[in-house]
Amino acid sequence: MDLNYTDSERAFRDELRAWIENNIPSDWQGRNSAGESMEENFAYLRAWQKRVHQGGWAGVSWPREYGGRGATLIEQVIFTEEMAHAAAPPLANVLGLTLIGPTIIAHGTEEQKQRFLSRILSAEEIWCQGFSEPNAGSDLASLSTEARLEEGHFVVNGHKVWTSFGWAADWCELVARTDASAAKHRGLTVLLVDMRSPGVEVRPLRQMTGESEFNELFFHDVRVPAENVLGAVNDGWNVALGTLMHERATLGAGLHVLYKRQFDRLVDLAQTIRRHGEPVSRDPVIRQKLGQIYAEIEIMRLNQIRSISRVSQNGTPGPEGSLQKLFWSELNQRFQQVAQEVLGPFGQVEKGSEFAFDDGQWAYSYLRARGNTIEAGTSEVQRNIIGHFVLGLPRSY
Amino acid sequence: MQFGLTETQQMLKHEARRFFPSECPIAEVRRLMETDGAYDAALWRKLTEHGWTGILFDEASGGMGLGLVEMAVAAEEMGRALLPGPYFSTVFVAGALLNALPDGRGALKGICEGRSRATLALLEESACWETGDVGMSLRNGRLNGTKLLVPDAATADLILCVARSRTGQPTCQDRTGGQAELVIAQVCSGAPGVSIRRMPSIDRTRQLYSVTFDDVPAEVLARGDEAQAALDRAMDIATVALVAEMVGGMQRIMELSVEYAKTRKQFGKPIGQFQSVQHQCADMLLLTESSRSAAYYAAYALNEGTADARMAVSVAKAYASEAYREVGNRGIQVHGGMGFTWENDIHLYYRRAKASEIAFGDAAFHRERIARTVVDGRAAQEAAVGSSRSM
Ligand SMILES: Cc1cc2nc3c(=O)[nH]c(=O)nc-3n(C[C@H](O)[C@H](O)[C@H](O)COP(=O)(O)OP(=O)(O)OC[C@H]3O[C@@H](n4cnc5c(N)ncnc54)[C@H](O)[C@@H]3O)c2cc1C
Repeated sequence: MDLNYTDSERAFRDELRAWIENNIPSDWQGRNSAGESMEENFAYLRAWQKRVHQGGWAGVSWPREYGGRGATLIEQVIFTEEMAHAAAPPLANVLGLTLIGPTIIAHGTEEQKQRFLSRILSAEEIWCQGFSEPNAGSDLASLSTEARLEEGHFVVNGHKVWTSFGWAADWCELVARTDASAAKHRGLTVLLVDMRSPGVEVRPLRQMTGESEFNELFFHDVRVPAENVLGAVNDGWNVALGTLMHERATLGAGLHVLYKRQFDRLVDLAQTIRRHGEPVSRDPVIRQKLGQIYAEIEIMRLNQIRSISRVSQNGTPGPEGSLQKLFWSELNQRFQQVAQEVLGPFGQVEKGSEFAFDDGQWAYSYLRARGNTIEAGTSEVQRNIIGHFVLGLPRSY
Repeated sequence: MQFGLTETQQMLKHEARRFFPSECPIAEVRRLMETDGAYDAALWRKLTEHGWTGILFDEASGGMGLGLVEMAVAAEEMGRALLPGPYFSTVFVAGALLNALPDGRGALKGICEGRSRATLALLEESACWETGDVGMSLRNGRLNGTKLLVPDAATADLILCVARSRTGQPTCQDRTGGQAELVIAQVCSGAPGVSIRRMPSIDRTRQLYSVTFDDVPAEVLARGDEAQAALDRAMDIATVALVAEMVGGMQRIMELSVEYAKTRKQFGKPIGQFQSVQHQCADMLLLTESSRSAAYYAAYALNEGTADARMAVSVAKAYASEAYREVGNRGIQVHGGMGFTWENDIHLYYRRAKASEIAFGDAAFHRERIARTVVDGRAAQEAAVGSSRSM
């Protein structure tokens, strides 16, 4: 057990730090979004990713031959942590970088890799993940979007929901049914779909936070060239599962740094907000709750280092990623509730009022946290995975 | 960076996992917990022969001089086997304290060689884990007063007593503790004037006592800041050892419950197939693994003397205190009526969980300690240069 960075890990970090210091946009600091509209903000993030790419830091974990940096898992963690420490803007093409790119690297043909990977890194092409459907969420394998092979093309018809970044995407990793007669896991195929193809319709879907971060996608006789099949035809479940494993393993990476920064900010506020004649930070009940949240954020960090150490010894991310996913998503909900208790009645005031704390960020985060235990697999599904695949209990369904 | 056990640590773990349940199987735990002191001379001899009594202490004192991560590895397996009796108070508490005192080394040899057992007498009526409340008085080299909730006092040869040294005639201000200097004094448990009475409590595998000192001669081992620093160090080490033990206990409850969920059938299927049971098991794993991360990090941080070491100890104890109890709650529930029987072993762990939750400060105590640093300390920290990077 040695929690110090090795010389090469330290060198990696120092080089990255130096780069960040020279390149981080000064107009982002202290903000959560650039510009008034979602589109304006996205354009900003896209430009930022381009800069990160030019600096050679996009897709750190990807192999060098595909434009990545070939970083170890620990270095990837260093990357996310350093970016978070510096309060750098997020990267626009997050799904492409963390989920879809790695899936193409694992299952794609050489032509596909050449065609898609570098444009993911440079944010030239933005990706979305077309998995969930109105009648297939947790039970993803029961999806009914169909793709029929006709003269070298798959013709796609169907309806996807909750598609994050659908409105911004150029490409979509789509799971569709290619063999309706096979068992439900056996007849699926992953297609790489150009979002500008005729017959693709993107509709905004408003979330409980009021924004429309995600979309509904409709496919009407959309023609997808057969060479855009990722992996083998009817082997889509395997391919999609790889994406889901990456999702569970990486979505939480570095998140503890963001939580910790939010926590520190909350503590600062707790020292200035007065209740019953003294700062809330003196209230013994609040102190208990803050102490607990701090402990849990720290444990989230430690769990992550431990699981990354294990993965770097044993290979690919496994079902243990579900433990991480459960921990961070449920912790954030407890954290946001404690934040509301610290802030008191003004905690509910949203963006736009001068009475809002931090321009309404806390009111937003409180609502947004509810999505955490649903996206990337619900908490119930994560517990099923742990029960069955980790503890070896019989499948419940 | 590598957060996992080294090969030698793995070997130690395997050895400990084999040793404790085979030398002290649960039937033996049950037999011993019905005896006064839960102590067995033959078991103690084996613990000594295999070097367990000396794991923390350097070779000059007759020990093996292992690090604190190794200590955590061993303690985890002891907790999994529910090792009863005075080992913990002798080695991880009193031993750690003697080891932290320049004048304490002499007594360590007897501990390493299995000749003596020791305990720390800290709590009094206020039952506070900080020394501010200590009122027991040492005057002209003699102790007077009562210590409460002293673990394993009946089998200890040596009692390390935290007291306040006073000079001159007794006055009514004595009770406040106030100005008098903190001391750690060493007493032979057999000395005239020492009386030890059992305080029956939830965890019968480690028994608690009241110890009254009536004009008992004592040898002062440390005073003032030196005494406080040694106590702080010893309490940190003991707390980490305890949390590691708690992880072992959680692990065992989880193993028993998952096994039971796979074999017990109702409505024609294993109960582990019902999601409400399955999800209890998943939560047990989450609580256990999270406590394990915290325990090992705290051991590592203390061993390396990192700046956040004391915080790491509090984080671990705050979390594990509730986690062990929660794992126990779920374990009993998964076992149904069987889980409520004396015959089933889970209640033995559940009892240990309560005693461990209380020892060295419960979750609320450690959360307040965290708050003192991260809430009150934040203003000061802000002024300091740079952000608080984690490593
Ligand atoms: C913010 C956000 C972003 C998202 N982004 C994307 C995206 O980019 N691409 C994409 O494809 N999808 C996305 N999703 C969709 C997400 O993956 C699904 O919402 C999720 O998998 C749950 O599916 P569902 O909504 O159909 O709920 P359902 O599956 O209908 O679940 C409803 C309830 O039933 C429970 N349940 C279902 N099955 C079981 C079972 N076997 N055992 C126990 N309980 C069960 C669930 O846990 C839940 O509580 C996003 C969701 C959110 C909230």
